[in-house]
Amino acid sequence: MRIVFFCISLLVTALLLFALGTATWTPLALGNFLSPQHGIWQNAEPAKQSFDATLHFPELKGNTTVYLDERLVPHIVADNDEDAYFIQGYLHAKFRLWQMEFQTYAAAGRISEIVGDVARDYDRGKRRLGMVYAAENLLKEIEADPVSKAEVDNYTAGVNAYIATLTESRLPVEYKLLGYAPEKWNNLKTALFVKQMTETLAGFENDLPMTKALAYFGDAKLRLLFPQIADALDPVIPKGTVYPEATVHPIPPASKDSLYIQPDTTTVQDKLKEINKPNPANGSNNWAVSGNKTQSGAPILCNDPHLTLSLPSIWYEIQMITPTMNAYGVSFPGAPGVIIGFNDSIAFGFTNSGRDVKDYYSIQFKDETKTQYRFGNDWKSADLRIEEIKIKGKPPVYDTVAYTVFGPVTYDNSFPASEMPGKALAARWKAHDPSNELLLWHYLDRAKNYEDYENALQYFTCPAHNVAFASKSGDIAIWQQGTFPARWNRQGVYAMPGEDSSYMWQTFIPRSENPHVLNPERGFISSANQRPADSAYHYFIPGEYDLYRGIEINRRLAAMSNITPQDMMKLQNDNYNAFAETARPLLLKYITQSSLEGMANQYLDTIRNWSLNNDINLTAPTLFTLWFKNLEKQVWDDEFEKAGVDKMLPSQPTLIEALLKDSTFAFADNINTPQTETIADAVSAAFAKTVATADSLASVNKLTWGMYKNTSIYHLLKTKVMPFARTGLMVGGGKHVINATQHDHGPSWRMIVHLTKDTEAYVVYPGGQSGNPGSPYYDNFIDKWAAGEYYKAWIMKKGEEGSDRLVWKMIFKKG
Amino acid sequence: MKFIISLILIALLSFAFSLYLPWWSIAIVSFGVPLVIWQKPYLDFIAGFAALFLLWGGLAWYTSSANSHLLAEKIAVLVINKNSPLTLITITALAGALVAGLSALTGSLLRGIIWKKA
Repeated sequence: MRIVFFCISLLVTALLLFALGTATWTPLALGNFLSPQHGIWQNAEPAKQSFDATLHFPELKGNTTVYLDERLVPHIVADNDEDAYFIQGYLHAKFRLWQMEFQTYAAAGRISEIVGDVARDYDRGKRRLGMVYAAENLLKEIEADPVSKAEVDNYTAGVNAYIATLTESRLPVEYKLLGYAPEKWNNLKTALFVKQMTETLAGFENDLPMTKALAYFGDAKLRLLFPQIADALDPVIPKGTVYPEATVHPIPPASKDSLYIQPDTTTVQDKLKEINKPNPANGSNNWAVSGNKTQSGAPILCNDPHLTLSLPSIWYEIQMITPTMNAYGVSFPGAPGVIIGFNDSIAFGFTNSGRDVKDYYSIQFKDETKTQYRFGNDWKSADLRIEEIKIKGKPPVYDTVAYTVFGPVTYDNSFPASEMPGKALAARWKAHDPSNELLLWHYLDRAKNYEDYENALQYFTCPAHNVAFASKSGDIAIWQQGTFPARWNRQGVYAMPGEDSSYMWQTFIPRSENPHVLNPERGFISSANQRPADSAYHYFIPGEYDLYRGIEINRRLAAMSNITPQDMMKLQNDNYNAFAETARPLLLKYITQSSLEGMANQYLDTIRNWSLNNDINLTAPTLFTLWFKNLEKQVWDDEFEKAGVDKMLPSQPTLIEALLKDSTFAFADNINTPQTETIADAVSAAFAKTVATADSLASVNKLTWGMYKNTSIYHLLKTKVMPFARTGLMVGGGKHVINATQHDHGPSWRMIVHLTKDTEAYVVYPGGQSGNPGSPYYDNFIDKWAAGEYYKAWIMKKGEEGSDRLVWKMIFKKG
Repeated sequence: MKFIISLILIALLSFAFSLYLPWWSIAIVSFGVPLVIWQKPYLDFIAGFAALFLLWGGLAWYTSSANSHLLAEKIAVLVINKNSPLTLITITALAGALVAGLSALTGSLLRGIIWKKA
């Protein structure tokens, strides 16, 4: 009998241990997860913990002290550059390890290893885009240059020094939730991180939907629907600038008119399915005003990069002091250096150029083996790269990616859907070409003047940016910097024939011809993702450009004088909707108020009397936004549905400019009805829909702009971990507004640098220095950011080691 | 007396083992202690249960309090869909307690078999 009892007890115990010890019956292994000495409780770091530490590493050359201020911003004071990068790597890992590794998994198409089958197509997309290939090409260049090699080697060593000290119980929360552990860091991971950002910023194009649309609309109509230059454009480089004659002249292929811009229905067949594309709203504002426009006489430089907002934040604030530099700003966990910021002499900020640097070429394979493809009169051999995609809990899948003279074949009859497309499509993407962007930041962080800045820019090829510059010596400048293909007119707007070499990129625009300006007469430089130059620029430069933010920034800056940093804070948080300024009169012109009753009448009055500010407590921004969106659907949906294109529409500025110019705009007609609708019909129908939506929003108290927009910052794992997100933030602004805060996208870092003798900087980002959701430093900047307020950055100087701003000390010693 | 000693021993050894070994070392400890300190099986079960309920519950509570329950609030919503750190602490305590209690009972019953044969 005793034996029976024992056996039962043993079995029950064993079952319980199995249940808690594995993730067989529960989403995660609960025993380890709940154990106070191993699991989640270990991440509940004491709210009042000290970050003081003395650490020894044999890799270090000298002694370094990291002073942490009350916001947990590290100020690294190092004897030499090598140690500074080692410690930056260590700190990134200590505070942000999970995100930096996750993002490199994402770049490399390895998310399935962590989350399983659901990410398979995402991963295949990354492999087929050649992300690892791009990172390898970057890494070769980084490691070929002794400066960048030393930098990345030390950074990697620092990350690994931290990982080596990491016990299972100290793993970041996300590893415990997902049930995996970090790998060792390596230089390729840094390269992958850089390429992930490159894709975010320079990975957008509409070649496939445009090719699809070509079959329905024809090139002439598409030129009108997707114009190269908006009427209202206020370019980055002031209008009226005379550009030197183009020195390179790409030659259009002889068959351009007959073969290329002719509708070719076999290139993109019935169903169009694209791989994940970056958010086209990824953009930014930057500007600098010269001393003669400021109260102090010193230049002020401002920057706010607009990205998908996330927790942990993409940014990590840092100051690095070595014998060769004193740089302050934000860094990317995953890469060495200060990315946006300033040093003792200059300040620099970035906005995305939005230029199209990715084209597709149709590829005709000889047979299913994909080993040979037609090129000229021959069959050319493709390099086959077999991609192994490991999947959590399942056997791996394999995908063969053929590399052509253009680049990897992204689309073929096995991806992303078996029914598409007619031909395989290979990507020619600037991001695949060898480059060494780490040197850009290496030299910018140390630049002393305009010449140093201009010299540093040569290393910046992709993602191309408008790089704003201001110096204490009084210069302001902006360069649209990147390496751009010199295109013949309309090259790359549609997918191109891959068998004809005359369609290839022929050459690049010489760097000296990139749009730029130094100390313009108007006393300021600015950019907000608009087209860099007006039609006086000699090259064909398609891209995904913004319009109204740039117009408004320039209008404001032109009118301002005696500028203070406080004025700049107001400007970065300005909610004025310049797009609505253009669009509202038009909407009001075409609506007949006398025919409206009840709430509809009130809503229209609200819009009519609106201040044009996208403020949180107003309902007009919601009503206007809904109305215009409905108008877009009313105008475009019928034609674009017929064309089989659902994810691409003409831009809002294009629609408004078309309606302003042409009172009989043909697209206003709904082609699915027998009668012919006018603009007034479309505007009225859109308004009727808006009224219905507004009524239901009002009934749940969500009609005010703040409630409707519901500004939210999600964790990188999105809706899987909603408790780690911050939702319902009351923040104004939005699309077309200088304060570009949309629902989950917007100013990911706000910086104002006043280049007085002792630099003054005001900064904030929507996050916190710690990546641990259990830390008070995880999201402690968010409320300040949401309120449009700033921290005055503590820019440490040597000799201020005793300052009471510095709360903790981490001492790094050799040995 | 034996009960108290057994309880304290299980708790202390579980804590010490867990510093170096995986979480399931609490099962080894709870299984082993009854082999040394002889009690009735139900008392061993209670000793193991109580030891780990107090140890895990206490540690979780202590850690979480120092953290102002910042993380526990989020994890509680995530795991049990309820903003209650105390519930999460209780679940933690119960998980440890059940493992230890059952292991102690198994150890106790094994000792009974060995002792009878000896």
